[in-house]
Amino acid sequence: MQRIGVFVCWCGSNIAATVDVAAVVEAVRGEPGVVCAADYQYMCSEGGQSAIRKAIEEYGLSGFVVCSCSPRMHEATFRKTAAKAGLNPYMVEIANIREQCSWIHKDRQYATEKAIILTRAAVAKLNLNTPLVAGESDVIKRALVIGGGIAGIQTALDIADAGYEVDIVEKSPTIGGKMAMLDKTFPTLDCAACILTPKMVDAASHDNIKLYTYSEVDEVSGFVGNFTVKIKQKARSVNKDLCTGCGVCAEKCPSKKARSEFDQGLRNRGAIYIPFAQAIPNVPVIDRDACIHFKTGKCGLCAKVCGAGAVDFGQRDEIVTRQYGAIVVATGFRPIALDRLGEYQYAQCADVVTSLEFERLCNAAGPTKGKLVRPSNHEHPKTIVFVQCVGSRDTSGCGKEYCSKICCMYTAKHAMLVREKYPDTQVYVLYIDVRTPGKNFDEFYRRAVEEYGVHYIKGMVGKVAEKNGRLSVQASDLIANTQMTLEADMVVLAAAIEPDPTARSIGTMLTASMDTNDFFTEAHPKLRPVESPTAGVFLSGVCQGPKDIPETVAQAGAAASKVIGLLSKEKLVGNACVAGSGETLCNGCSACENVCPYGAIEYVIREVSDHGKRELRRVAQVNEAICQGCGACTVACPSGAMDLKGFTNLQILAEVDAICR
Amino acid sequence: MQVSEREMAKSILRISGVDTKKCMKCGKCSGACPAFGSMDIHPHQFVSMVEEGNIGALLESKSLWNCLSCFACVERCPRNVEPARLIEAVRLTVIRRQGANHLKPEEIPGLLDADLPQQAIASAFRKYSK
Repeated sequence: MQRIGVFVCWCGSNIAATVDVAAVVEAVRGEPGVVCAADYQYMCSEGGQSAIRKAIEEYGLSGFVVCSCSPRMHEATFRKTAAKAGLNPYMVEIANIREQCSWIHKDRQYATEKAIILTRAAVAKLNLNTPLVAGESDVIKRALVIGGGIAGIQTALDIADAGYEVDIVEKSPTIGGKMAMLDKTFPTLDCAACILTPKMVDAASHDNIKLYTYSEVDEVSGFVGNFTVKIKQKARSVNKDLCTGCGVCAEKCPSKKARSEFDQGLRNRGAIYIPFAQAIPNVPVIDRDACIHFKTGKCGLCAKVCGAGAVDFGQRDEIVTRQYGAIVVATGFRPIALDRLGEYQYAQCADVVTSLEFERLCNAAGPTKGKLVRPSNHEHPKTIVFVQCVGSRDTSGCGKEYCSKICCMYTAKHAMLVREKYPDTQVYVLYIDVRTPGKNFDEFYRRAVEEYGVHYIKGMVGKVAEKNGRLSVQASDLIANTQMTLEADMVVLAAAIEPDPTARSIGTMLTASMDTNDFFTEAHPKLRPVESPTAGVFLSGVCQGPKDIPETVAQAGAAASKVIGLLSKEKLVGNACVAGSGETLCNGCSACENVCPYGAIEYVIREVSDHGKRELRRVAQVNEAICQGCGACTVACPSGAMDLKGFTNLQILAEVDAICR
Repeated sequence: MQVSEREMAKSILRISGVDTKKCMKCGKCSGACPAFGSMDIHPHQFVSMVEEGNIGALLESKSLWNCLSCFACVERCPRNVEPARLIEAVRLTVIRRQGANHLKPEEIPGLLDADLPQQAIASAFRKYSK
């Protein structure tokens, strides 16, 4: 028989104003097993906890119930209290009489009655509790970062600087990501390449960092502290160890039909190419779909001109298997496709460009060497119209319902840069709202208006049409309550951003949850913003939600510190509330294996003794290190063989019985 | 019986099925409207005026009869607000009053014109009369 103590918390007036705590104490005194009951103003305070410890000693308690807030809030606190007093921490039950009672009810009598019932259920469950001990597992002291943009690079550098090994897996031929494509960065207008490329070099030369470029994550198994990841290294067709990065092959390649991904399709590249001058590694790659040799078997010019003999047409994809203790997702973003927003004529008019294309058109290393010209005729544009919220804040299905967050600031930056370099060019920005929360952000936007004379007009574009070689932009001016038509030479669209399309498959491999927009979900929106709810998986950058460079770098550092905290542990304490299968009851149906979201259940053939009869049976076996204790298997099991420790079928039924009494 | 503007606004919302609260006031409807120039009250104003229950002015507006029902505003609205349905509902509210037909049968002969398709007149007659 248990000796149970019940402690009812007032939570100041949070509970006591709606629930008669003294009545709860009196009502549960006579419950089976209860030997003491008391109330206290703040149970979680040191005073409350010491009252519990005293009672444990005085009454020789074997377990206790705390009637307070949600277990998510203070279950860990009270488990520690129990452990300090020499009790098993799993001999603690929480009756949630705040979130599920006092906060949602107004009637005091009704709320008190419900609090009593919830407490009675917790007591009934505790009567069947048994001490549990969590298992331990080792931690592999190496981290994997998926994505080699600024988020991934920064996370990797911070982890590596702390003395741990890090691998970066990047699907494109170079690290650098979207930031490498940018011209200047707000709000300081320093050059993106000047601040990014040194970090790229640091990452490549760091003793603790290993780069897997032109590679993809193929398969993930294991659990926190002990992941096994298969990385597919796609064939570059160039031997990295021999290549000197001289670039002659790319220069001589006769195939110039492929669009340069790095220059947003504004320029063609060879079939063998280095994405940009500062690419890391500085090793070309052959795009086999564009290469004449791979298509016809002829050509092979690159191999002939390569002095180092590095071109290797026979190279194959390779699978590398590596072990990691932690995984950071930094898969980034891309601008959305604009095919459902026909009013902007993006697909029809060369002079209608996205903001990322505009970055390349301004960039000194871009296709126009930094000279801003109209893509259609290479003439200097006299009037440029920037349109904000193109596909953002859109619930019609043509775009994304969220605010892409970065567009207001980069559009102000573009407008300012144009006015700075070409004072004869008129610049209009059509906006719905200008959102500039951030240090020195609003000042930056106001500078565009007040010092640089950018015309900000509140109103959206109804249509864009090509007229006599120029663009006619019809829009509303909501302040003037008019409809206006602007004659422009270029239209720049601040296209909404969306998670990189590879994020979904990565999320599935990691069993990391995502929202409806394919952004990774954080474990807690405020208190655990860089962790996935899946243990051992961390989030860095836009893969978790739209954010600018300063925020991305901050989050990258935060994710790194969480990883370092994990890798610095010698052993990981697992979850004690894990599932287990009763082998004499198991009928081998595989229902549990099929529903388990973590892959924690496998079937084994084992000799089972059933009523004295020994026979070989196929039975379920739970890997306790992987099991997260979700309980899906216990519900799916038709024979009642599966049970969850700490939440056994008997315990749940005892709670139901107590509630229905 | 006098019907208050607030009640009329309610009825207009019910007839149209429009939820004016979804509007984020971006003005794209008025930016897209090809009949903007011949309107005294513009598509985006219809949304906010119905929201505020400011119906009297809408009932008198010539925009009711100049709206082409082309649905450009509905097509372009990023929030699915459908201003054209709102204009239609206000127009119906006017037409449903006794004797408020906007296009009377006796006016039609005067409108006949070789350049104007007869279908346009027939559909306008249906649209603008009870």
